[in-house]
Amino acid sequence: MSVKNELIPQASAANLTPEDFRQIGVDEKQSEVIQRESLSAWRDSWERLRSNKLAMAGLIVMALVVIMAFIGPMISKFDYQTNDLMNTNKPPNSVHWFGTDDLGRDMFVRTWMGARISLVVGLAAALIDVMIGVIYGGIMGYFGGRVDEIMNKFAEILYSIPYLLVTILLLVVFEPSLGTIILALTITGWINMSWIVRGEIMQLKNREYVLASRSMGAGSGRLLFRHLLPNAMGPIIVTLTLSVPNAIFSEAFLSYLGLGVQEPVASLGSMISSSLSGWMLYPWRMLFPALLISLTMLAFNIFGDGLRDALDPKLKK
Amino acid sequence: MESILEVKDLHVSFSVRGGEVKAVRGVNFTVGKGETVAIVGESGSGKSVTAQTIMRLIPSPPSKIKQGQVIFNGEDLLSKTNKQMEAIRGKDIGMIFQDPMTSLNPTIKVGKQITEGLIKHQNLSFAEAKTRGVEMLKLVGIKNAEARFNQYPHEFSGGMRQRVMIAIALACRPSLLIADEPTTALDVTIQAQIINVMKDMQERFGTSIIMITHDLGVVAGMADRVIVMYAGEVVETGTSMEIFKNPQHPYTRGLLRSLPRIDQRKDEPLVPIIGTPPDLIKPPVGCPFAARCDHAMKVCERIDPDPTHLSDTHMSRCWLQHPMAQEVQSS
Amino acid sequence: MVRYITSKFLYMLVSLLILITATFFLMKAIPGNPFMSEKQVPPQIRERLMEQYGLDKPVIVQYGQYLKNIAQGDFGISMKMQNKEVTGLITDTFGASLKLGLVAIVVSLVVGVLLGLLAALYHRRLIDNVAMVLAVLGIAVPSFVVASMLQFVFAQKAGIFNVMGFNGPLDYVLPVAALAAQPIAFIARLTRSSMLEVLHADYIKTARAKGLNWMTILFRHVVRNGILPVITYLGPMTANIITGSVVIEQIFGIGGLGKVFVSSISNRDYTLIMGVTIFYGVILMLARFLTDIAYVFVDPRIKLTNRKEG
Repeated sequence: MSVKNELIPQASAANLTPEDFRQIGVDEKQSEVIQRESLSAWRDSWERLRSNKLAMAGLIVMALVVIMAFIGPMISKFDYQTNDLMNTNKPPNSVHWFGTDDLGRDMFVRTWMGARISLVVGLAAALIDVMIGVIYGGIMGYFGGRVDEIMNKFAEILYSIPYLLVTILLLVVFEPSLGTIILALTITGWINMSWIVRGEIMQLKNREYVLASRSMGAGSGRLLFRHLLPNAMGPIIVTLTLSVPNAIFSEAFLSYLGLGVQEPVASLGSMISSSLSGWMLYPWRMLFPALLISLTMLAFNIFGDGLRDALDPKLKK
Repeated sequence: MESILEVKDLHVSFSVRGGEVKAVRGVNFTVGKGETVAIVGESGSGKSVTAQTIMRLIPSPPSKIKQGQVIFNGEDLLSKTNKQMEAIRGKDIGMIFQDPMTSLNPTIKVGKQITEGLIKHQNLSFAEAKTRGVEMLKLVGIKNAEARFNQYPHEFSGGMRQRVMIAIALACRPSLLIADEPTTALDVTIQAQIINVMKDMQERFGTSIIMITHDLGVVAGMADRVIVMYAGEVVETGTSMEIFKNPQHPYTRGLLRSLPRIDQRKDEPLVPIIGTPPDLIKPPVGCPFAARCDHAMKVCERIDPDPTHLSDTHMSRCWLQHPMAQEVQSS
Repeated sequence: MVRYITSKFLYMLVSLLILITATFFLMKAIPGNPFMSEKQVPPQIRERLMEQYGLDKPVIVQYGQYLKNIAQGDFGISMKMQNKEVTGLITDTFGASLKLGLVAIVVSLVVGVLLGLLAALYHRRLIDNVAMVLAVLGIAVPSFVVASMLQFVFAQKAGIFNVMGFNGPLDYVLPVAALAAQPIAFIARLTRSSMLEVLHADYIKTARAKGLNWMTILFRHVVRNGILPVITYLGPMTANIITGSVVIEQIFGIGGLGKVFVSSISNRDYTLIMGVTIFYGVILMLARFLTDIAYVFVDPRIKLTNRKEG
């Protein structure tokens, strides 16, 4: 390194006075660091979620769909099952806002009723998945070892059976109704959830705070429900959000096979499949349910993705 | 000593959501032929950014080299095209990274990862490259090198992988090796082995080494000269002896005091440096260390001090070196 | 390695056995056993069924007989289409479905990976945003809606393609597009996130520090590793395409297995349902098995973990 001949700091050396070189006490320092208010993990995630505009839009759409599915059929003077054979296949007009179908039923009411059924199917299937998955996965993860091995093998074998085939078989045998459809959809749907719970619990159970709690004599139940599950909540919620649209989709597919909800009840899927035959003549019969199902799927998926990013910032790309 | 690398007034910034992080702010230093220079500082001091800028490995965007020069063998690396840089990387400058567990491609055999550079830079056939690669593996202390050559990274332990990294970085006998925290992710016993391998290789090939670390223990065992960085600036440089025996900058002293020593008495406390480094989106006008400094004076908050050269090799950027400070303190 | 493959194979066999057993007993559980007392079943067929399944024998013997028949590729005869062998119906129609499905798989892989790769390389730029909007739409819109739209726009209105039928290469375009839409969306998202991860991986920095040029790095290090997760999706994708084809074949009037399946369900042709279900099951499990095997070959890390376990 070349040596420069400036053995004295030269910056504005001229104007410096001895006063400048008086030591300052700690409390005199201007740059006391103001620590950012520390947020709880959940608050923090919520803040991140709220700043994600796309996810919030998804949430709003989800809320709107749910609200309309609830009140939509009420704000029209029609009901979803009365036929009006004088007014079949009418395009949207001031009386029938979404037009009518081949039996003259009001499409506006039927669309929102269909949304209601689709949502019920989706939510119920997802919730049952969560319940079974949390219990099964919780046991696998918590006890580990032999128990885990056997239960996991069982789950793996079940999982490798193509679930839609089983669902179809079940519905062929037991006539489709809301209940059997939901049950048939959950027959293998819970496995994925149980694996997620298992993974989380396995990771969490060796953390210090769990060991500490155990060393103080906390029982298995308390550990599982007080310490482990609440901390595994993030991934559970994300999986739940993303499995709702899956169930809605599967129901739509079953409707197409004639194994969805049966007439006169409608789901979005069954409305689309019954519109398929003549939809080029009566496009509105497909348009509204198709639009709504796509919008719902979109909203759930976008919100689910946003939720995942918010709960696990490490994964965010 | 003839210098191989000269970094002149280097400024590097990152654009982030809240503005521009000025990560490196006017860094100057040189590295001589066959010399080992350690760059020391805590995370965020700009040491890694400096190292990656020399290699032009820093992703842009978000980073931007604002000004400065990196003169390597008489040529400014910052004005080279990407193509020209590719011919220099791996051939004239090698680099090893912090985490040997993630620095090797998990799906490619170790041997192939070593020979890649050889084949590109020295136009060797695969067979020739393989001979050289196996030889390199032997040199860095990997037993059974022929068999290991055909194994995948996951079949190596952390320490062994770091040896492989060294073999990769030195395969083409570069004149400069940049080691970015090469021992941080390793066990203490393995750290020493890796340091020894590096020293050994340096003796064999006469490579200059820039060693980035926050571990002063590593520095003491290896470096000829030390550069202490804080908040994107070089605050003190000197020979290892000068830095360890006669540290001048309060930050350097703080670093040394927070380091446990074998001869330390039991009741002698370790002194941590209180507080956190400044936010480099809005770096302070004065000395960046002033807020955490026990000796902070009024001037420190107003004006960032210039370098004071205490000897041919020793430089400190601190107002305490100003004659007026010494007068005031002693009175 | 051998151990790993064997264990995966055994898993597949067990799953298959469960599916076959479930099929058998579910069909047995149908009120008014379809083998016995359906009025519509013509007497000759009932006779043949009786004979073939040994319906007068105990259930367990029937089950054994059933397994034996399936092992020989004999799914019995259709209950609604006189004198048609289920196996024959499947082999006659599967060709069309297979062609359609394979083309859709190849298209999904190529387009999905390319889209995902471009999105990752131009992260947060226009291409990325467009690709991701497409991907989200692809996931959100059901395939039968996509199919109907395509049919309407490109066949009905623009007249570029035939509305129905499956004869020339042009007839592949719309059904394949409809089938591939969702897999493309999934693969694009998967590829993008995995490529992004790889692009930021330390070993890419190592490769750059070696002075390799960007194209070499891209193909040798980035794409190779970034594509790995896509392989795990091959199994689910096969399922997705099969399910899709059931609907798509109907819409585009393609005489494939999917169409047979739909009509067997609406006709409650139980033997045919059973046959097609098991056939689909075999294909799907085989696809998953092959995926598992493929993964071992491309990702060297798997071998070790399994060797350690075994």
